[in-house]
Amino acid sequence: MKVSTANRGKLKKNENMQTADQTLDEILTLAAAHFKVPRERLGPDDDFFKTLGIDSLQTLDLLTRLEHHFHVELPDYELQGVSDFRTLASRIQARL
Amino acid sequence: MRTLQEQPRGESHSGHSFRGQAMSWQLKHGTIELALYREPCNELGSLALDELEKFAAALESIQPEAHALIIYSELKCGFCAGADLRELYHGSQGMEKAEALRGVRDFLERIHKVLNTIDAAPLTTIAAVHGVVFGGGFELALACDLIIADKMARFCFPELRLGLIPGFGGIPRLKRDLGNGVVRDLLLTGRSFNATKALQVGLVSQMVGEGEALRAARATTAQLSKFDRQTAIAAKRFIKPIPHEELRQEIDVFCDLFERPAVQAGLKKFVESTEAQPYLP
Repeated sequence: MKVSTANRGKLKKNENMQTADQTLDEILTLAAAHFKVPRERLGPDDDFFKTLGIDSLQTLDLLTRLEHHFHVELPDYELQGVSDFRTLASRIQARL
Repeated sequence: MRTLQEQPRGESHSGHSFRGQAMSWQLKHGTIELALYREPCNELGSLALDELEKFAAALESIQPEAHALIIYSELKCGFCAGADLRELYHGSQGMEKAEALRGVRDFLERIHKVLNTIDAAPLTTIAAVHGVVFGGGFELALACDLIIADKMARFCFPELRLGLIPGFGGIPRLKRDLGNGVVRDLLLTGRSFNATKALQVGLVSQMVGEGEALRAARATTAQLSKFDRQTAIAAKRFIKPIPHEELRQEIDVFCDLFERPAVQAGLKKFVESTEAQPYLP
């Protein structure tokens, strides 16, 4: 199920009901829109450096956008060794 | 190689201007705007330092006609990614250790002089930042009186990843401006944080939407142009002392650390990295 930003806000207020799948879906949608990649080309286990064709500075830009979107703070050292969307989603989910 | 061009002094509102390879500046309506545009992300190496020194020297003659300074970047990647580590690494290769260290100390002394000039300038100074504000770029912003941040700005002192500390005055200026808990978190973890966090901890005074930092900085300088300049200068001297002794100590600590083999190894790893993640921890 896709969750709009407005709905996600409501879910957050309702005792952290956002599921890991919803978080993952929102990350894929946001990344596709920002880096102008068709959403259907992105899969949960894809290497986001390769699939999005981004370098570390662009990855930091993505991280900043995700922090704003989910209203979380994610220290970049928690992304050490993370290169796929699913693990990225789990790191964010842990902060929701 | 492009030649630096001194533009002729203009009339009234056009004022003094300069266009170099790494930056330009111009005086307009009482505000000096210093724009950074050296690819890939305004790394501060010898070229940028040469031009910053020209700027610091020019400030002497421009500042009587100005009340404010805005420093910003024209590059999409951000404000500044910090010191030019490639130049630092390659420049020290093939040199005797003592000679390389002399070169590093000389560079630090020079950039400290420039940043102290900006820090103490009898103007209200604003860093209008977006994207990457890392290392030396962060230190340049910290020399300014105000930091206005685009919501997508990201701040970081990654120096510990290389076995170093910030060398352009970052620690004394952070300590001057922020609580020690935040300073330790930033420095000892080497992590980056976004503009929302920067606003929360008091590092930036205004956070604005994407692409709005320069506009907001200009609106701010228009406001402060209404005030008596001598009063503004007196207020600035009172509330923003320059931590000269700590700045001096920072250079010594940096140079002591720079001699260690771990630093050369860290720089080598960064410079020779073919991975997409050299800026990630």
